[in-house]
Amino acid sequence: MSDVNEDRRQFLTRGPALAAGVAIAPGMLLIDLAHGAEPRPAGEPASSEVRWGMLIDTNKCESGCDDCVTACRKENDWPEPKSATDVQWIRKVELKQESTGRQVNLPVMCQHCEHPPCVDVCPTAASFKRADGIVLVDKHRCIGCRYCMMACPYKARSFVHEPVIDHESEMPRGQGTVESCTFCVNRVDRGEQPACVEACAKEGHRALLFGNLNDPNSEIHQRIRSVTSVHLRADLGLNPGISFVGV
Amino acid sequence: MKNFLSILLLLALPLANIASAGELVSIAGPNGPKLDIGKGGHCVRDPKFMRSNHFKLILHQRVATVRKGVRGSKYELTNCIDCHASKVNHSVLGSDQNFCQGCHTYAAVKIDCFECHSSKPREFMKAADHLVTEEAK
Repeated sequence: MSDVNEDRRQFLTRGPALAAGVAIAPGMLLIDLAHGAEPRPAGEPASSEVRWGMLIDTNKCESGCDDCVTACRKENDWPEPKSATDVQWIRKVELKQESTGRQVNLPVMCQHCEHPPCVDVCPTAASFKRADGIVLVDKHRCIGCRYCMMACPYKARSFVHEPVIDHESEMPRGQGTVESCTFCVNRVDRGEQPACVEACAKEGHRALLFGNLNDPNSEIHQRIRSVTSVHLRADLGLNPGISFVGV
Repeated sequence: MKNFLSILLLLALPLANIASAGELVSIAGPNGPKLDIGKGGHCVRDPKFMRSNHFKLILHQRVATVRKGVRGSKYELTNCIDCHASKVNHSVLGSDQNFCQGCHTYAAVKIDCFECHSSKPREFMKAADHLVTEEAK
Protein backbone atom coordinates (compact mmCIF):
# COMPACT_ATOMS: atom_id res chain seq x y z
CA MET A 1 0.00 0.00 0.00
CA SER A 2 3.02 2.22 -0.19
CA ASP A 3 2.24 3.22 -3.81
CA VAL A 4 0.34 6.45 -4.03
CA ASN A 5 -1.87 6.91 -7.07
CA GLU A 6 -0.83 10.43 -8.06
CA ASP A 7 -3.54 10.85 -10.67
CA ARG A 8 -6.26 10.05 -8.17
CA ARG A 9 -4.76 12.33 -5.57
CA GLN A 10 -4.54 15.23 -8.04
CA PHE A 11 -8.07 14.63 -9.21
CA LEU A 12 -9.32 14.78 -5.61
CA THR A 13 -7.47 18.00 -4.81
CA ARG A 14 -8.54 19.68 -8.05
CA GLY A 15 -12.10 18.39 -7.85
CA PRO A 16 -13.78 21.50 -6.44
CA ALA A 17 -11.96 23.75 -8.93
CA LEU A 18 -13.06 21.53 -11.81
CA ALA A 19 -16.69 21.61 -10.67
CA ALA A 20 -16.63 25.42 -10.49
CA GLY A 21 -15.06 25.60 -13.96
CA VAL A 22 -17.78 23.48 -15.53
CA ALA A 23 -20.48 25.67 -14.02
CA ILE A 24 -19.10 28.78 -15.72
CA ALA A 25 -17.82 27.21 -18.91
CA PRO A 26 -21.04 26.67 -20.93
CA GLY A 27 -22.03 30.35 -20.83
CA MET A 28 -18.52 31.56 -21.64
CA LEU A 29 -18.13 29.01 -24.39
CA LEU A 30 -21.21 30.24 -26.19
CA ILE A 31 -19.98 33.82 -26.25
CA ASP A 32 -16.42 32.97 -27.27
CA LEU A 33 -17.31 30.59 -30.05
CA ALA A 34 -20.09 32.78 -31.34
CA HIS A 35 -17.62 35.39 -32.52
CA GLY A 36 -15.40 32.76 -34.02
CA ALA A 37 -12.38 35.02 -34.22
CA GLU A 38 -10.87 33.60 -31.05
CA PRO A 39 -8.56 30.59 -31.23
CA ARG A 40 -10.21 27.56 -29.71
CA PRO A 41 -8.65 26.77 -26.33
CA ALA A 42 -6.15 23.92 -26.24
CA GLY A 43 -7.72 20.54 -25.66
CA GLU A 44 -11.21 21.61 -26.71
CA PRO A 45 -12.91 19.84 -29.63
CA ALA A 46 -14.69 21.66 -32.47
CA SER A 47 -18.17 22.68 -31.42
CA SER A 48 -21.46 22.09 -33.22
CA GLU A 49 -22.54 25.55 -32.00
CA VAL A 50 -20.44 26.81 -34.90
CA ARG A 51 -21.07 26.32 -38.61
CA TRP A 52 -18.22 27.66 -40.68
CA GLY A 53 -19.24 29.06 -44.04
CA MET A 54 -18.26 31.43 -46.78
CA LEU A 55 -20.05 34.05 -48.85
CA ILE A 56 -18.49 34.68 -52.26
CA ASP A 57 -19.45 37.93 -53.95
CA THR A 58 -18.87 37.30 -57.65
CA ASN A 59 -19.37 41.02 -58.42
CA LYS A 60 -16.13 41.70 -56.55
CA CYS A 61 -14.25 38.71 -57.98
CA GLU A 62 -11.87 40.10 -60.58
CA SER A 63 -11.54 38.40 -63.98
CA GLY A 64 -8.08 36.89 -64.44
CA CYS A 65 -7.16 37.21 -60.74
CA ASP A 66 -6.22 33.93 -59.12
CA ASP A 67 -4.75 35.14 -55.86
CA CYS A 68 -7.02 32.83 -53.86
CA VAL A 69 -5.76 29.83 -55.82
CA THR A 70 -2.11 30.84 -55.47
CA ALA A 71 -2.53 31.48 -51.74
CA CYS A 72 -4.13 28.07 -51.27
CA ARG A 73 -1.34 26.38 -53.19
CA LYS A 74 1.27 28.08 -51.10
CA GLU A 75 -0.47 27.48 -47.78
CA ASN A 76 -1.19 23.81 -48.39
CA ASP A 77 1.79 23.15 -50.65
CA TRP A 78 0.13 21.52 -53.67
CA PRO A 79 1.76 21.76 -57.10
CA GLU A 80 0.47 23.81 -60.00
CA PRO A 81 -1.99 21.62 -61.93
CA LYS A 82 -0.79 20.73 -65.41
CA SER A 83 -3.37 18.13 -66.41
CA ALA A 84 -7.01 17.40 -65.58
CA THR A 85 -6.05 14.67 -63.13
CA ASP A 86 -3.69 16.83 -61.11
CA VAL A 87 -4.48 17.97 -57.59
CA GLN A 88 -6.66 21.05 -57.37
CA TRP A 89 -8.15 22.28 -54.10
CA ILE A 90 -9.64 25.47 -55.53
CA ARG A 91 -10.12 26.69 -59.11
CA LYS A 92 -11.32 29.82 -60.83
CA VAL A 93 -14.36 29.36 -63.06
CA GLU A 94 -15.61 31.82 -65.65
CA LEU A 95 -19.27 31.57 -66.64
CA LYS A 96 -20.80 33.30 -69.62
CA GLN A 97 -24.48 33.74 -70.31
CA GLU A 98 -24.89 33.03 -74.03
CA SER A 99 -27.87 35.30 -74.64
CA THR A 100 -26.59 38.42 -72.92
CA GLY A 101 -22.84 37.88 -72.88
CA ARG A 102 -22.74 38.56 -69.12
CA GLN A 103 -19.65 37.05 -67.53
CA VAL A 104 -19.28 35.85 -63.97
CA ASN A 105 -16.03 34.92 -62.19
CA LEU A 106 -16.00 32.70 -59.19
CA PRO A 107 -13.72 30.37 -57.28
CA VAL A 108 -15.03 26.84 -56.75
CA MET A 109 -13.80 24.56 -54.02
CA CYS A 110 -15.29 22.08 -51.52
CA GLN A 111 -18.69 23.54 -50.62
CA HIS A 112 -18.66 22.01 -47.11
CA CYS A 113 -22.20 20.64 -47.42
CA GLU A 114 -24.45 19.99 -44.47
CA HIS A 115 -25.37 16.67 -46.12
CA PRO A 116 -22.13 15.79 -47.94
CA PRO A 117 -22.50 13.00 -50.51
CA CYS A 118 -18.77 12.27 -50.21
CA VAL A 119 -19.30 11.28 -46.59
CA ASP A 120 -22.31 9.12 -47.48
CA VAL A 121 -20.38 7.01 -49.97
CA CYS A 122 -17.04 6.65 -48.17
CA PRO A 123 -16.53 2.95 -47.39
CA THR A 124 -13.96 3.53 -44.64
CA ALA A 125 -15.44 6.60 -42.91
CA ALA A 126 -12.38 8.56 -43.97
CA SER A 127 -14.60 11.31 -45.38
CA PHE A 128 -16.28 12.99 -42.47
CA LYS A 129 -17.93 16.21 -41.41
CA ARG A 130 -16.46 17.82 -38.33
CA ALA A 131 -18.80 19.14 -35.64
CA ASP A 132 -18.33 22.71 -36.91
CA GLY A 133 -19.42 21.80 -40.45
CA ILE A 134 -16.01 21.45 -42.12
CA VAL A 135 -15.88 18.44 -44.44
CA LEU A 136 -12.51 16.68 -44.31
CA VAL A 137 -10.65 13.56 -45.38
CA ASP A 138 -9.00 11.58 -42.60
CA LYS A 139 -6.00 10.47 -44.62
CA HIS A 140 -5.09 7.91 -42.00
CA ARG A 141 -8.19 5.98 -43.09
CA CYS A 142 -8.43 6.92 -46.77
CA ILE A 143 -7.74 3.94 -49.06
CA GLY A 144 -7.83 6.03 -52.23
CA CYS A 145 -10.92 4.39 -53.76
CA ARG A 146 -12.17 7.76 -55.08
CA TYR A 147 -15.88 7.08 -54.56
CA CYS A 148 -16.11 10.51 -52.92
CA MET A 149 -14.71 12.15 -56.05
CA MET A 150 -17.46 10.53 -58.10
CA ALA A 151 -20.13 11.48 -55.59
CA CYS A 152 -19.18 15.16 -55.31
CA PRO A 153 -21.33 17.28 -57.66
CA TYR A 154 -18.80 20.15 -57.45
CA LYS A 155 -15.74 18.18 -58.61
CA ALA A 156 -14.08 19.54 -55.51
CA ARG A 157 -11.89 16.57 -54.66
CA SER A 158 -8.65 15.35 -56.17
CA PHE A 159 -6.58 12.22 -55.91
CA VAL A 160 -2.86 12.43 -55.23
CA HIS A 161 -1.29 10.30 -57.96
CA GLU A 162 2.31 11.36 -57.46
CA PRO A 163 4.45 10.91 -54.35
CA VAL A 164 4.60 14.06 -52.25
CA ILE A 165 8.25 15.00 -51.89
CA ASP A 166 9.64 17.59 -49.49
CA HIS A 167 6.21 18.60 -48.31
CA GLU A 168 6.52 21.78 -46.32
CA SER A 169 3.16 22.72 -44.92
CA GLU A 170 1.17 22.20 -41.77
CA MET A 171 -1.43 20.42 -43.89
CA PRO A 172 -0.33 16.81 -44.41
CA ARG A 173 -0.61 15.50 -47.98
CA GLY A 174 0.29 12.07 -49.32
CA GLN A 175 0.20 9.83 -52.35
CA GLY A 176 -2.77 7.50 -52.70
CA THR A 177 -5.26 9.61 -50.79
CA VAL A 178 -8.04 11.99 -51.79
CA GLU A 179 -7.92 15.60 -50.69
CA SER A 180 -9.84 18.84 -51.02
CA CYS A 181 -10.30 22.27 -49.47
CA THR A 182 -10.25 22.08 -45.68
CA PHE A 183 -11.25 25.72 -45.09
CA CYS A 184 -7.62 25.85 -43.83
CA VAL A 185 -8.83 24.03 -40.74
CA ASN A 186 -5.50 24.49 -38.94
CA ARG A 187 -5.70 28.27 -39.36
CA VAL A 188 -9.38 28.43 -38.44
CA ASP A 189 -8.67 26.51 -35.23
CA ARG A 190 -6.06 29.15 -34.39
CA GLY A 191 -8.64 31.91 -34.93
CA GLU A 192 -7.29 32.95 -38.34
CA GLN A 193 -9.04 33.21 -41.72
CA PRO A 194 -8.49 30.70 -44.54
CA ALA A 195 -5.53 31.57 -46.79
CA CYS A 196 -7.74 32.36 -49.84
CA VAL A 197 -9.87 34.83 -47.86
CA GLU A 198 -6.78 36.55 -46.52
CA ALA A 199 -5.23 36.79 -50.01
CA CYS A 200 -8.43 38.20 -51.53
CA ALA A 201 -8.69 40.85 -48.82
CA LYS A 202 -5.00 41.70 -49.18
CA GLU A 203 -5.56 42.46 -52.85
CA GLY A 204 -8.47 44.72 -51.82
CA HIS A 205 -11.13 42.71 -53.62
CA ARG A 206 -12.82 41.32 -50.53
CA ALA A 207 -14.90 38.91 -52.61
CA LEU A 208 -14.60 36.17 -50.00
CA LEU A 209 -16.21 36.48 -46.58
CA PHE A 210 -15.61 33.72 -44.06
CA GLY A 211 -17.29 33.26 -40.72
CA ASN A 212 -19.70 31.49 -38.44
CA LEU A 213 -23.11 31.12 -40.08
CA ASN A 214 -24.71 30.31 -36.73
CA ASP A 215 -23.68 33.53 -35.04
CA PRO A 216 -26.30 36.27 -35.58
CA ASN A 217 -23.66 38.94 -34.89
CA SER A 218 -21.13 37.70 -37.44
CA GLU A 219 -20.56 39.73 -40.60
CA ILE A 220 -21.32 36.74 -42.81
CA HIS A 221 -24.63 36.05 -41.08
CA GLN A 222 -25.71 39.65 -41.44
CA ARG A 223 -24.71 39.86 -45.10
CA ILE A 224 -26.49 36.63 -45.95
CA ARG A 225 -29.61 38.11 -44.34
CA SER A 226 -29.41 41.33 -46.33
CA VAL A 227 -28.35 40.28 -49.85
CA THR A 228 -29.64 37.65 -52.28
CA SER A 229 -27.32 34.68 -52.35
CA VAL A 230 -27.54 31.22 -53.86
CA HIS A 231 -25.99 27.82 -53.36
CA LEU A 232 -24.48 26.04 -56.33
CA ARG A 233 -26.81 23.22 -57.38
CA ALA A 234 -29.28 24.12 -54.65
CA ASP A 235 -31.64 21.60 -56.28
CA LEU A 236 -29.60 18.77 -54.75
CA GLY A 237 -30.57 19.87 -51.26
CA LEU A 238 -27.07 19.47 -49.82
CA ASN A 239 -27.14 22.85 -48.05
CA PRO A 240 -23.53 23.87 -48.74
CA GLY A 241 -21.64 26.14 -46.35
CA ILE A 242 -20.58 28.31 -49.29
CA SER A 243 -23.06 30.77 -50.84
CA PHE A 244 -22.63 33.00 -53.88
CA VAL A 245 -23.82 36.49 -54.68
CA GLY A 246 -24.41 37.45 -58.32
CA VAL A 247 -24.38 34.01 -59.92
CA MET B 1 44.25 11.55 -8.45
CA LYS B 2 42.19 8.52 -9.46
CA ASN B 3 39.37 9.70 -7.19
CA PHE B 4 39.53 13.15 -8.68
CA LEU B 5 39.25 11.75 -12.20
CA SER B 6 36.24 9.58 -11.34
CA ILE B 7 34.49 12.57 -9.74
CA LEU B 8 35.17 14.57 -12.87
CA LEU B 9 33.72 11.75 -14.97
CA LEU B 10 30.63 11.57 -12.79
CA LEU B 11 30.12 15.29 -13.17
CA ALA B 12 30.52 15.08 -16.91
CA LEU B 13 28.04 12.21 -17.38
CA PRO B 14 24.80 14.19 -17.07
CA LEU B 15 26.19 16.70 -19.54
CA ALA B 16 26.35 13.95 -22.16
CA ASN B 17 22.54 14.02 -22.36
CA ILE B 18 22.39 17.66 -23.35
CA ALA B 19 23.14 17.77 -27.04
CA SER B 20 24.43 20.75 -28.90
CA ALA B 21 24.02 21.17 -32.66
CA GLY B 22 24.81 17.95 -34.46
CA GLU B 23 26.19 16.19 -31.39
CA LEU B 24 25.28 12.51 -31.20
CA VAL B 25 23.77 10.86 -28.16
CA SER B 26 23.88 7.12 -27.53
CA ILE B 27 20.42 5.60 -27.14
CA ALA B 28 19.82 2.24 -25.48
CA GLY B 29 23.38 1.37 -24.49
CA PRO B 30 26.69 1.22 -26.32
CA ASN B 31 25.33 -0.96 -29.16
CA GLY B 32 22.25 1.14 -29.70
CA PRO B 33 21.92 3.86 -32.31
CA LYS B 34 23.71 7.17 -31.90
CA LEU B 35 21.25 9.93 -32.57
CA ASP B 36 21.16 13.65 -33.12
CA ILE B 37 18.29 14.40 -30.74
CA GLY B 38 17.98 18.05 -31.74
CA LYS B 39 17.04 20.30 -28.85
CA GLY B 40 16.05 17.19 -26.90
CA GLY B 41 14.88 17.60 -23.34
CA HIS B 42 12.04 15.93 -21.53
CA CYS B 43 8.64 17.37 -22.38
CA VAL B 44 6.24 14.42 -22.39
CA ARG B 45 7.45 11.40 -20.40
CA ASP B 46 10.80 9.85 -19.56
CA PRO B 47 12.83 8.53 -22.51
CA LYS B 48 12.35 4.89 -21.53
CA PHE B 49 8.57 5.21 -21.60
CA MET B 50 8.66 7.19 -24.83
CA ARG B 51 10.88 4.67 -26.57
CA SER B 52 8.31 1.91 -26.16
CA ASN B 53 5.08 3.92 -26.16
CA HIS B 54 5.41 7.06 -28.30
CA PHE B 55 3.31 5.59 -31.11
CA LYS B 56 0.39 4.93 -28.77
CA LEU B 57 0.35 8.57 -27.70
CA ILE B 58 0.58 9.83 -31.27
CA LEU B 59 -2.08 7.41 -32.51
CA HIS B 60 -4.54 8.54 -29.85
CA GLN B 61 -3.80 12.19 -30.53
CA ARG B 62 -4.20 11.89 -34.28
CA VAL B 63 -7.79 10.72 -33.90
CA ALA B 64 -8.58 13.54 -31.47
CA THR B 65 -6.97 16.18 -33.67
CA VAL B 66 -8.17 15.12 -37.11
CA ARG B 67 -11.70 14.00 -36.31
CA LYS B 68 -12.63 16.11 -33.30
CA GLY B 69 -10.42 19.14 -33.91
CA VAL B 70 -8.63 19.03 -30.54
CA ARG B 71 -5.55 21.22 -30.78
CA GLY B 72 -2.73 22.24 -28.50
CA SER B 73 -1.97 18.86 -26.94
CA LYS B 74 1.61 18.09 -25.99
CA TYR B 75 1.26 14.76 -27.79
CA GLU B 76 1.03 16.37 -31.24
CA LEU B 77 3.46 15.01 -33.82
CA THR B 78 4.48 18.57 -34.71
CA ASN B 79 5.68 19.04 -31.14
CA CYS B 80 7.92 15.96 -31.42
CA ILE B 81 9.42 17.34 -34.61
CA ASP B 82 9.85 20.89 -33.29
CA CYS B 83 12.24 19.66 -30.58
CA HIS B 84 13.79 16.58 -32.12
CA ALA B 85 14.62 17.80 -35.62
CA SER B 86 18.36 17.92 -36.19
CA LYS B 87 19.82 21.39 -36.14
CA VAL B 88 22.05 20.35 -39.01
CA ASN B 89 19.47 19.39 -41.66
CA HIS B 90 16.33 20.68 -39.85
CA SER B 91 14.62 17.31 -40.04
CA VAL B 92 13.91 14.14 -38.07
CA LEU B 93 14.77 12.18 -41.22
CA GLY B 94 17.66 12.14 -43.66
CA SER B 95 20.23 9.79 -42.18
CA ASP B 96 20.61 7.05 -39.60
CA GLN B 97 21.64 9.74 -37.13
CA ASN B 98 18.38 11.66 -37.39
CA PHE B 99 16.01 11.17 -34.48
CA CYS B 100 13.12 9.24 -36.04
CA GLN B 101 14.90 7.55 -38.91
CA GLY B 102 17.91 6.49 -36.84
CA CYS B 103 15.95 4.57 -34.23
CA HIS B 104 13.45 3.14 -36.72
CA THR B 105 16.27 1.82 -38.88
CA TYR B 106 17.87 0.26 -35.80
CA ALA B 107 14.55 -1.36 -34.79
CA ALA B 108 13.67 -2.22 -38.42
CA VAL B 109 10.23 -0.58 -38.12
CA LYS B 110 8.78 1.37 -41.02
CA ILE B 111 7.62 4.93 -40.32
CA ASP B 112 4.44 5.95 -42.12
CA CYS B 113 4.08 9.43 -40.63
CA PHE B 114 6.29 11.30 -43.04
CA GLU B 115 4.68 10.03 -46.23
CA CYS B 116 2.22 12.84 -45.54
CA HIS B 117 3.48 14.89 -42.58
CA SER B 118 6.36 17.28 -42.88
CA SER B 119 9.52 16.14 -41.13
CA LYS B 120 10.64 19.71 -40.48
CA PRO B 121 9.88 22.01 -37.55
CA ARG B 122 7.14 24.65 -37.86
CA GLU B 123 9.53 27.50 -37.20
CA PHE B 124 11.74 26.37 -40.07
CA MET B 125 8.78 26.11 -42.43
CA LYS B 126 7.51 29.55 -41.45
CA ALA B 127 10.88 31.08 -42.13
CA ALA B 128 10.91 29.03 -45.38
CA ASP B 129 13.03 31.19 -47.65
CA HIS B 130 13.35 28.25 -50.02
CA LEU B 131 9.61 28.41 -50.76
CA VAL B 132 9.90 32.00 -51.89
CA THR B 133 12.83 31.27 -54.14
CA GLU B 134 10.94 28.36 -55.66
CA GLU B 135 8.03 30.65 -56.46
CA ALA B 136 10.31 33.25 -58.02
CA LYS B 137 11.52 30.67 -60.56
